Amino acid sequence: MATTKHMSPIDTGYFSDERAAAFDVVGTPAPRSDARGHVTGQTQYFEDVAYPGMAHLKMHRSARHHALVKGVDTSAAETTPGVLRVITHRDVPNNWYTILRLIGVQPDDEPVLAEDRVLYLGEPIVAVVAETEAIAREAAAKVRVDYEDLPAVLDVEEALKPETIVVNPKHGHNYFTYEGHHCRRIRFGDVERGFAEAPHRFTHTYQSAPIEHAPVEPTGCVVKPEADVRLKIHSDTQACYFTLDNTALILGVPFNRLRVIGGTVGGGFGGKVDVMVEPIACIAAQLTNRPVKYVYERAEEMQVSSPRAAERITIDDGVTDDGRIIARKVTILVDAGAYSRHSPYGTTKAAAHMPGPYTIPNVWVDAHCVYTNRTPSSAMRGFGVTIADFALESQMDRIARALDIDPIVIRLRNAYRDGDMKAHRKEVEGAALVEVMQKAADLVGHDLPADCRAMSSTHREAR
Amino acid sequence: MRSQVINLTVNGTERELLAKPGTTLLGALRDGLGLTAAKRGCAQGGCGACTVVVNGAAVPSCLIPVEVADGATVETLEGMASGQHLTPLQQAFVDGFATQCGFCTSGMLMSASALLAENPAPTRDEVAVAISGNVCRCTGYAAIIDAILDAADRTRAVGSAAAD
Amino acid sequence: MAILRGRGFAAVNYPTGMNLGGDPSQALIHATTTGSFVVTLSSVDLGQGLKTVIAQCAAETLGLPLENILIDTADTDTGPHCMGTFASRGTHRVGNAVNMAAREAREVMLEAAAEELEVDAADLETDGSGFIKLKGSEEKKIHVVDLALAAHFKQGRTISGRGIFLKPKSEPVPETGEMDPDSCQAHACTVAEVEVDDETGEVRVTKLTNVYEMGRALNPAMAQQQIEGGAWMGMSHALYETTEPYYPDRSHGAHTYSEYLMPGPGDLAAMESAILERPAANGPFGGKGIGEMTANSPIPAIANAIYDACGVRVERMPITPEEVLRGIDALRAG
Repeated sequence: MATTKHMSPIDTGYFSDERAAAFDVVGTPAPRSDARGHVTGQTQYFEDVAYPGMAHLKMHRSARHHALVKGVDTSAAETTPGVLRVITHRDVPNNWYTILRLIGVQPDDEPVLAEDRVLYLGEPIVAVVAETEAIAREAAAKVRVDYEDLPAVLDVEEALKPETIVVNPKHGHNYFTYEGHHCRRIRFGDVERGFAEAPHRFTHTYQSAPIEHAPVEPTGCVVKPEADVRLKIHSDTQACYFTLDNTALILGVPFNRLRVIGGTVGGGFGGKVDVMVEPIACIAAQLTNRPVKYVYERAEEMQVSSPRAAERITIDDGVTDDGRIIARKVTILVDAGAYSRHSPYGTTKAAAHMPGPYTIPNVWVDAHCVYTNRTPSSAMRGFGVTIADFALESQMDRIARALDIDPIVIRLRNAYRDGDMKAHRKEVEGAALVEVMQKAADLVGHDLPADCRAMSSTHREAR
Repeated sequence: MRSQVINLTVNGTERELLAKPGTTLLGALRDGLGLTAAKRGCAQGGCGACTVVVNGAAVPSCLIPVEVADGATVETLEGMASGQHLTPLQQAFVDGFATQCGFCTSGMLMSASALLAENPAPTRDEVAVAISGNVCRCTGYAAIIDAILDAADRTRAVGSAAAD
Repeated sequence: MAILRGRGFAAVNYPTGMNLGGDPSQALIHATTTGSFVVTLSSVDLGQGLKTVIAQCAAETLGLPLENILIDTADTDTGPHCMGTFASRGTHRVGNAVNMAAREAREVMLEAAAEELEVDAADLETDGSGFIKLKGSEEKKIHVVDLALAAHFKQGRTISGRGIFLKPKSEPVPETGEMDPDSCQAHACTVAEVEVDDETGEVRVTKLTNVYEMGRALNPAMAQQQIEGGAWMGMSHALYETTEPYYPDRSHGAHTYSEYLMPGPGDLAAMESAILERPAANGPFGGKGIGEMTANSPIPAIANAIYDACGVRVERMPITPEEVLRGIDALRAG
């Protein structure tokens, strides 16, 4: 095999009995099946598809963080030469949805096109379909919206105060309701007793800001009305059936009326699972009986497409003299922005990730999915976990330094082992945290005491 | 304003097209000539996915009004490979696993091609500078830089073999 | 005025699969008379290489070379259901579904070959080059193209298989959070080395050492792509990226790649990595998902390295030069 790629060595000394196997094709650096297409420019992405008579959709978006919409004047847009159709919420058969409704997440809290209010800067209000992108853009800019400003809620702790204005009327308060409760909870053991027994206490808060996927290929689709009344959707979605099912429900058509073609995406990272462009493009295609392309401008991709949620995480630890965490209390505030999207799911995933890969006998977690007047956040690479790991592993380091314990040794002492009970009451299996640390210590020449070098994930050594 | 007749030599062939005002070189290539290897990532000149080579220089085609390119020699990725055989540069990308989603690849190859045409033995830093206008979100760039250096080696090896 | 050096550690795990399960994927395999086994899916390749790794799974299970595998995705008219590509679920769920389909197809393939060669199916093996042959014999064999033609035109038999992988949905208990969130966990440890300029607050990551335990590296070169690409993205998250630099204030948000800061080709860290394998009982050939996690451990490793270098603990991402400099100034002020 002629690969020139430098590959990381697989250290077969670890778990050698478990991993022993003989394969022919698996485990080899088989050349990527798509590489030749990429280097010859023949790989086809959705925007490389073009149809005769294709029309273009551009969106008029909210210029306010939070406002009532008193009136919308589309007359100037409608009379612009080259404009085929102007689309408002009245043209959307079922305007309200939430992307995870098909797996039981409720309520349907987001409109395809805004009705009586806007909840974030950039929220879509009016779609313009025209002969060219330039005309669509020009006409979209001519839409006039009459706003009545409302207070903008931009901080998650402010949002949770009872006196703060409600951001999303479909929820009635600024948090997602988990089975009648205001947050996702983990209750394992008794943290207060653990704190009482612990000689050391560490309480710190960590904060992240929203992060964009920024794939080089922007979000978009091309929808073609077919001769048999069906719609063919070329999309860069990460999930063909999320797109198909949600679009069908919004359009009020049987699922098999739609066909989604995709599978080759110019970077996703979780940013192309929100079904933001296909429904309105389908409506446009139906209303004009023309193929319609709707692709995000880069500025829209940056500020309007969903980012990774900003998170505020407070970790409160009770720790013994030898660095074992015996009580961990975590509050997570996930900034979901104006609408749910995937955040209710991501917040549960964050709670499930607690308290990190460590065996801690007393764990308490409140994970809140909080609504604010900003671009709705959604899934991104490491959803629910990435920012948590920043907090968890910064915290570990601080404890190690305060107690003057080696940073690897403290993690090894706390690391989970096979058979341990996790805070969500699932038994650990297939653990390997001990071994990745041992190997990393080896690679960087970080000395470990003999007892640490002898540790294993398969059992917990006697103390 | 009226459409204009534009003449370009694209990948060695003379092409003529009618361009409406506001057409960029990228738009002319993709929509006018069906050459879709150059990609539209930002239309702001910020990502390099639209990079083509005009009169020997790697340029962001999304920022060039096609009228300005009238009469120019344009090279796109479609001109790089003919038939079944890849150039050393393309082969180096394949062998070196220097592609993931592939969306930046056309721009990267055109930037690399312009560099190697002018500087057949670049240093690592010179390669980094040459692709500093090409955004990649997937690879972390190291494999791409390795592949371009590898391509330079392969090209010199072919050259010296031919000379022997 | 000095360049301060530091080292930091972080160790993490990451779950495979859509949180709480309920995310099935299906695969269909059929043999054509041209020698190709077509794997039909509705799964999406984002560039992580799903199409390649799935072809490897199919080739391995069928006992055929990669050249005989054709991946056909994604068209919802022809492909069976797939939940999508996210939650590091692709290799695990689609790989398992494809293996199940390939096992069925292989069984039919051997039965058809047994009929052609007039032997017992149990005495047949694939040689990995496209032949199905009698164990211990060099002559009694049939090529997969000839077999497909014989099955279609003579035997009236289809050579195909069906597969699905579903982890049933788990519901959390509201009061305690008891739940079954994932199929398996992958692990990582990153050691970051940084230089901090105490005059400007700028941080340069000089080296990242990463160890990943991923169950089974189905394609080590593509695993490497995730490790490197993810480490870069982690460095970018830690030090550069945000759409709201003054969060929770929304002003000065980036609208272009020039404004959305990320490390460029001249800002790279040296990287050394190693892979461990502890095969997952429920993964394809033991494979776990790693696509998402590779940005995670670099971030706190870098934060911890900055502390090690200059004593500044930044509790906020991204860790900008401004934050570091304010921290250094505060330490100097006493």
